[in-house]
Amino acid sequence: MEKKSIIIEVLRSHEKELLQEWQREGLTPGTFRTDLVSSDELKQQMELFFEHLLEALEKDHEGEISQENWKPVRSFLADLSRSRARQGFTPTETALFVFSLKRPIFRLLQDYLKDNPARLGKELWNINALLDKLGLFTTETYIKSKEEIIRRQQEEMLELSTPVVKIWEQIVAVPLIGTLDSARTQTVMENLLQEIVNVSATVAIIDITGVPTVDTLVAQHLIKTVSAARLMGTECIISGIRPQIAQTMIHLGVSFQDITTKATLAEAIKYGLSRVGYRISRIESSRQ
Amino acid sequence: MERIPILKLGNFLLVSIQVDMHDQLALNLQEELTARIVQDNAKGVLIDISALEVVDSFIGRMLANIASMARILDAETVVVGMRPAVAITMVELGLSLPGVRTALNVEKGIEILTSLITRDTDEHPAE
Repeated sequence: MEKKSIIIEVLRSHEKELLQEWQREGLTPGTFRTDLVSSDELKQQMELFFEHLLEALEKDHEGEISQENWKPVRSFLADLSRSRARQGFTPTETALFVFSLKRPIFRLLQDYLKDNPARLGKELWNINALLDKLGLFTTETYIKSKEEIIRRQQEEMLELSTPVVKIWEQIVAVPLIGTLDSARTQTVMENLLQEIVNVSATVAIIDITGVPTVDTLVAQHLIKTVSAARLMGTECIISGIRPQIAQTMIHLGVSFQDITTKATLAEAIKYGLSRVGYRISRIESSRQ
Repeated sequence: MERIPILKLGNFLLVSIQVDMHDQLALNLQEELTARIVQDNAKGVLIDISALEVVDSFIGRMLANIASMARILDAETVVVGMRPAVAITMVELGLSLPGVRTALNVEKGIEILTSLITRDTDEHPAE
């Protein structure tokens, strides 16, 4: 117990100068991003963190940061790294917030315990281990929040990229944009089939103008979708096959047997309309 | 014993599957339906599976088999009302029912059957 209170005593008694030195350390170019956060804000963050750190240390000397006593420190650091992740800090810059506190504390301890090297070593090791844990915690939170951003964007993209549009009564179309993978095809298939039921469509058009490449896997996915639609009693048309894609598909040995294919969406719509008994014709009087 | 009713509707048969199929039920249906096609001299079979929520590989194959048997007996088969989830399962199982006609609902199924049967009889007016 007695051994541990030294560090608190040192930190408490030299709070002011320690903070000043830390701020100097933190504000040096290379570690401090003036473009992303103001120096006043950083100073404030440092003071707050230091306060939390001291309080937690007083309650728990062991430095078990997963314990209840350390909750304020953890939540402060979590907020900090989340906001930094959003602002565009690098992981290093985020972790340096904690690590830059090392040098000021080490220097202070060295002065304080210069007559007792064994004790100094022990104390240094303890505070070092603690700050390492906190630094790693920041990095971990930083990465987690980044991952969350990525996951949310993926979900949004999935929703954005698969609209099923109704062209005319009994005709629906899906304009596919971007690369098709298994997850996306599954979503496309489910959306399309559900919409077929809702609209009671007899013709469904899958337009692949926006699909950059069609390999065997993508073709397989398309064929599956067409087969499923056919099982429900809907004829599927694949449109928007570009010349290069037609060539690669034949080279790969993929053939859309028994599937109606059209070169353009316009052709597919025209064909679809004729399947449900409509014909597109120009109005005589407007011809010039 | 549970059985699936087969209704005669003009010159085709209507089978509406309203319960979850189990294997024995499917086998009975296959037996009874083929017998009825011959007995009633049916030209078409309409299988409504809109109430069917789950299919396994066995039931999927039974559907394909029933359709093929009906065709051999000179009756066109139309499977109607397959749910999206069932359709996806069937495709994943590799059962895309080649050669079987499909329609969205009973109404459209009857349209297809009627046009098929009238076309068949029109093609051979002398017979």
